Amino acid sequence: MTARNPLLTLEHISLSFKGVKAITDMSFSVAEGEICALIGPNGAGKSSLLNVINGVYQPDDGIITYDGEIRTAMRPHHAAERGIARTFQNIALFKGMSVLDNVLTGRNLKVQSSWLEQAFNVGRAPKEALVQRQKAEEIIEFLRIQPWRGSLVGGLPYGLQKRVELARALAAEPKLLLLDEPMAGMNRDEKAEMSRFIVDTQREFGTTIVLIEHDIGVVMALSQHLVVLDYGKKIGDGPPEAVRNNPEVIAAYLGTRH
Amino acid sequence: MSFFFEVLLGGLLAGVMYSLVAIGFVLIYKASGVFNFAQGSMVLFAALTFVSLLERGISFWLAFVLTLLAMVALAWTIERWVLRKLVNRPPITLFMATLGLSYIIEGLAQSLWGAQVHGLDLGINDEPFEFQGMLLSQFDIFAACVAGVLVLVLSVFFNKTRTGIALRAVADDQLAALAVGIKLEKLWLIVWTVAGFVGLVAGLLWGARLGVQFSLSLVVLKALPVLIIGGFTSISGSIVGGLIIGASEKLAEVFLGAYIGGGIENWFPYMLAMLFLLVRPTGIFGERQIERV
Repeated sequence: MTARNPLLTLEHISLSFKGVKAITDMSFSVAEGEICALIGPNGAGKSSLLNVINGVYQPDDGIITYDGEIRTAMRPHHAAERGIARTFQNIALFKGMSVLDNVLTGRNLKVQSSWLEQAFNVGRAPKEALVQRQKAEEIIEFLRIQPWRGSLVGGLPYGLQKRVELARALAAEPKLLLLDEPMAGMNRDEKAEMSRFIVDTQREFGTTIVLIEHDIGVVMALSQHLVVLDYGKKIGDGPPEAVRNNPEVIAAYLGTRH
Repeated sequence: MSFFFEVLLGGLLAGVMYSLVAIGFVLIYKASGVFNFAQGSMVLFAALTFVSLLERGISFWLAFVLTLLAMVALAWTIERWVLRKLVNRPPITLFMATLGLSYIIEGLAQSLWGAQVHGLDLGINDEPFEFQGMLLSQFDIFAACVAGVLVLVLSVFFNKTRTGIALRAVADDQLAALAVGIKLEKLWLIVWTVAGFVGLVAGLLWGARLGVQFSLSLVVLKALPVLIIGGFTSISGSIVGGLIIGASEKLAEVFLGAYIGGGIENWFPYMLAMLFLLVRPTGIFGERQIERV
């Protein structure tokens, strides 16, 4: 077995909203350091699944093991503390803040100094502010958004906003990164660029990434692991090539035109 | 000319009293993007609690601390039983919640301490004194100093600390704020506590001026034009807004009143605010939101 340790394991996860099943008996593992793509038609439960992983939703049933810890109920900020960062399908940036400030909020949990030290800029605060700033600038450079670092996020074009959101997530130095349609609404060039950033993130930081993406070409090129969902159920799971040839998957998703 | 400056200065000082109330609104607006309708009730609740404790023979500072604790308890209760249930709901839902809260707090204050009018003496002489040939109110000058200190402290707290940045983040997008590990519950508790503290200070100063009574909760109506002019999201904006309102309403009363009749003071601020809405809807210091359609 060459398989690396699983960072995240879902076992028999079920989730429903007022009786409507969103996810049914879902089990799969994400290995440490891999890029795992969740695919499936709209309404298949992909985003709900991400929300379960980072604690926005509590599953009705099932066990999640993350980084060696079994968890039942978890709140989003606890997930953040344990190294899970994410982006959202509909960009959720702090629109009234600059790019740099947005990225800095991503480092929220790395702050050690107390508010008194910060208020008077004494003790640990000055040095820490410098380090935070430096780390944020590194991420900004990594994603090549330096020219806009001082701009208000709300005024930036869509593709750039997506990148800023990724930057904010990376600023937290996450162990597990959840990307909800990072390339939605992008043209081919922008998608290629974003794909490069995602691959670079995995290479440079060793981050484990779970992403949702509709463009099957991008998914095949990007991911080492594919999980296919349909109507809240898992219908395919494995390396991309194997999944592509799975008849059930072809019938439900790959074969149909969109 | 000296008379003009006397009116102007008097107005500016009176305006600071409005600012004190406005700051409470700004704090909550910054943290949740919502106009906290209950701020006036909090002012009343604080003043009534303080004055009732005082009348029971408790010393000034002990009463102050006890009232502050009561405000913390109130903030905790609001966070635990109202705000926490409404995470990620649209602002209008939260606004309606504050409307309900307003009546609950008002009722609570009066059922606890009764509805009669209390006098409140802070030990500051409210007799005017002469300065360079102008008559100025000592009390107003004291209030202005208090407001100045308050603004300084709050500005440092919210601009220099992580709590301040987190606050802006929460106001913009709660879900994203949670995802970067901001503890919403803790933040809301802090903000409502600080708003309660500001309410206490405003309640004491206004209570000393008007007497502690139900109508104290209506003082907040004057804060509205202050907020519109200064901007809902800026603490310094509420000071500038207060100064503009205070000065302009007094000047209008004295100099325009002679031509178009008295009582201008009561509506002039609202008219000014309306003009501001036409020219600069975000206020002088408000954040300009850029929304792509």
